[in-house]
Amino acid sequence: MTLAAVGLGVAVAVGALTGLAAVVVPVRGRSTVVGIGTAVTGVAGLVAGVAALGGQTFTLVLPGVLPLAGVRFTLDPLGGLFLAVTAGVAVAAGTYGISYARHGLDARPVQAVFPLFVVAMLLVPAADSVGTFLLCWELMALASLLLVLAEHRRRPEVASAGRWYAVMTHLGLIAILIGLLVLTAHATNDSFAALRNAAPHMPSGVRDVVFVLTLAGFASKAGIVPLHAWLPRAHPEAPSHVSALMSAAMVNLGVYGVARVGFDLLGGGPRWWWLLVLALGALSAVYGILQAVINTDLKRLLGYSTTENLGLVFLGVGAAGLFASSGQHVLAAVALAAALLHVVGHAAFKTLLFLAAGSVLHATGTRDLDALGGLRAGMPVTTGLFGLGALAASALPPGTAFVSEWLLLQALIHGLPASGAATAIVMPVTVAAVALTAGLAVATFVKAFGVGFLAKPRSTAAARAHESPVSMLAGMGLAGCACVAVALAPAVALPSIGHAAQAALGDGAPGVSGAVTLRLTGIVGSLSPVLLAGSLLAAALVVAALLRAVAVRRERRAARLWDCGAGPLSARMEYTATSFAEPLQRVFDNVVQPETDVDVTHHEESRYLVAAVAYRHRVPDRIERRLYQPILTAVAVWGQAGRRLATGSVHRYLGYGFYTLLGLLIVLAVTR
Amino acid sequence: MSALGVVGGIVQPLLIVAGSPLLVGLMRQVRAKLEGRAGPGVGQPWRDLRKLLRKEPLAPRGTSEVFRSAPLVLVATTLVVAVVVPFVTTASAVDPVADLFAVVALLALGTVALALAGLDTGTAFGGMGASREMTIIALVEPTLLVAIFALSVRVGSTNLAAIVSSTLHDPGRVISPVSLLAAVALIVVIVAETGRLPVDNPSTHLELTMVHEAMILEYAGPDLALVELASAMRLSVFLGLLANLFLPWGIATAVTPAALLIGAVAVVGKVAVLGVALASAEVFLAKLRLFRVPELLAGSFLLSLLAVAASFFLA
Repeated sequence: MTLAAVGLGVAVAVGALTGLAAVVVPVRGRSTVVGIGTAVTGVAGLVAGVAALGGQTFTLVLPGVLPLAGVRFTLDPLGGLFLAVTAGVAVAAGTYGISYARHGLDARPVQAVFPLFVVAMLLVPAADSVGTFLLCWELMALASLLLVLAEHRRRPEVASAGRWYAVMTHLGLIAILIGLLVLTAHATNDSFAALRNAAPHMPSGVRDVVFVLTLAGFASKAGIVPLHAWLPRAHPEAPSHVSALMSAAMVNLGVYGVARVGFDLLGGGPRWWWLLVLALGALSAVYGILQAVINTDLKRLLGYSTTENLGLVFLGVGAAGLFASSGQHVLAAVALAAALLHVVGHAAFKTLLFLAAGSVLHATGTRDLDALGGLRAGMPVTTGLFGLGALAASALPPGTAFVSEWLLLQALIHGLPASGAATAIVMPVTVAAVALTAGLAVATFVKAFGVGFLAKPRSTAAARAHESPVSMLAGMGLAGCACVAVALAPAVALPSIGHAAQAALGDGAPGVSGAVTLRLTGIVGSLSPVLLAGSLLAAALVVAALLRAVAVRRERRAARLWDCGAGPLSARMEYTATSFAEPLQRVFDNVVQPETDVDVTHHEESRYLVAAVAYRHRVPDRIERRLYQPILTAVAVWGQAGRRLATGSVHRYLGYGFYTLLGLLIVLAVTR
Repeated sequence: MSALGVVGGIVQPLLIVAGSPLLVGLMRQVRAKLEGRAGPGVGQPWRDLRKLLRKEPLAPRGTSEVFRSAPLVLVATTLVVAVVVPFVTTASAVDPVADLFAVVALLALGTVALALAGLDTGTAFGGMGASREMTIIALVEPTLLVAIFALSVRVGSTNLAAIVSSTLHDPGRVISPVSLLAAVALIVVIVAETGRLPVDNPSTHLELTMVHEAMILEYAGPDLALVELASAMRLSVFLGLLANLFLPWGIATAVTPAALLIGAVAVVGKVAVLGVALASAEVFLAKLRLFRVPELLAGSFLLSLLAVAASFFLA
């Protein structure tokens, strides 16, 4: 029995028991039991994941659990990384849920499903056969669907979000199912080892079909454009600790799927596979952040930012595949390590941001940035933590995303001179996409933090905001510590991530080394996040000391803000989130195509007098409108047409049955 | 950490802090002369700073620590850049930080601190300035990174010391199309980043046109002194970076008093020439409308993309 096996076993057992306990325990202590149980599940999972990253492994075969194929579990470094990330998010979300779930989320079904969702997510990266993988994947999808629907009685939008999610996640499942079954048909059994052996001998057309189908399924789970439509609906409508689990942990499993199938099971592929992944990633990154910068709903903004970050991860994975397919294993290892480091960093800051958004929702009852503001007075700790998360998300030093994006850019820069014309065109455009994403991400998070938390409150609810209970702060604090750790000491995590990248790529290039300074091995490049943060701090101290020595020493006197002499400024004169993003929206007018309606109602007596002006402004998701609306319309038309066949007459239905059988028999008689 | 790097790390920040207000004074003086005015003299920015430092610090009602610490962050980021970038010596005091991406991101961090301070005041001006500044930053970033990409591809590194040394050893690269295209793109970007004409007018206080000035409208006394000093330092740092990325000659490669003196004089001279050129150009330029600025930046982005393409096809 290895530590990895024990950890995973304990995690599954505690999770399942917590689910049971949620049904039994009375409502008063329920959220506490579930929260602690989920956090313990997470800790055990974290131990298992870290042990697997350290090289421990185990294989568990339970032939009797599923008919025909049985259940197989194993852990390798790649699975261990995703297991550890998921478990880490679960610790923070579980702790946070102790108090958060007390407010209308402590019904039995929701509380019982929450730990089961965590368990299902922990088992996905440990699955070692197609049957097991699909089973865990579907359990995860169903559990998350039930959790998204938790508040459907209170808000009608939840039901619509749930429908979108249910349909898209199952279409994704079907794509993955077909892909993996085609792969299994060429192997002796459905275990991953058998697939690995069979993959090199498969015809290339079949390999292409497998990759494209699984890519579609996994990309839709990761919220990659154009299959992202469910994400900005479902993530905001779920309870916030569930949003954190979905946005920081569940979407990562899409990346895991692509890495597992593309690199491990199929053993890499032709260049166009990875160009496709890279293009999807770049498109998602730019489109996601563009929608995020314009959105004024705090949680929807974070949802779009998830699409952006997963886009960057896909971009890294695509670049790694591209380099591997042209034989540059060092660069492939660096690019994949950058992508996986971004997965870890994104999990940390997105957990923090969603939990903080949940605290805001809890304290003010709104997610609309235009109605928030001034929260720093009422909720200073949450404000500080959200600020930390915003810094981490905006790729500025000394933030979390800065290190992974730096690594990614290093891989892209060194990729240019190394290979042919396709790379020469792709790499600069990719760098430009990453750069545009970075720039817009800064604007997005300045908006979210500056408009949402600073300035004056824009509504009475925001003015009355109060700090969250201790357990919610503790949950956010854990995520905040993870952000700081990844930002300052990525070198601690990078060797393990390097192992995971090696496990995926299947060769021995370590990529990145160094404790304080990250040094890329094989290519020139070094950066020290700790020294950077340290020199920044030292410079600030020097400046402060000099200022004390040089400037006049007096207490700060309170003064009026400049109001043009027109009396005190009111909150209505402030810039809102909408007005903050207006210039950017105008710049990208052709891409986002906002809709503006102005309805002027005139007085009855005279056309020259205006009674009322109604102004409506909306920024629809353009891809959704162009791509999904026609499909939905076509399905609706088809359904309407089908209704003519179903009139309600029993005789008619019997007739259908009879003639179908007859037709079938005739076909059989003719063909046999 | 070499001796050369340590000496550079001490000399450079002193030079930048002392010299940058003089650069601003010089540029104002050149402008005044070209416009037929007498001008206040080169030392005026220093006299302004001295006056501001003696004034009473204010805390506008309704602002928080974010507002009060932003000038400090702004100066600190610029100071770190002044220490690590090879201006006077080729070696850097903190080499693992002297990465072109890190330097650009550090300067952006200063801007972000100021934008948050603008939002923190809760006034219309503060929000307006922050919104406009972030719009410009979001559009400048791609150009800047692609131009960096073009410069670092030929060296195979984004380390500034490596880029500068490589140009020193191979002077022929400076007149290559890659360098020229990247230089033009970088000049446009630097004009936008430092808030000069035609993107922003540093001497305007008209609400329709302010960008940088709108964000810092609430600052007074020592806080304003820090912000003004930091703006001047940013301008010097960007011009020095531009000078040394393309024309690094004169930079000290050894720790001898003569070499250091030549290095310091060379960088001062280069920055002064660039500053005078910028100031003279500004006399003939009008400020662009805010919504015409993206077109300018898109143009420079195209140039930087061409630079990368050229760096591949001419290699």
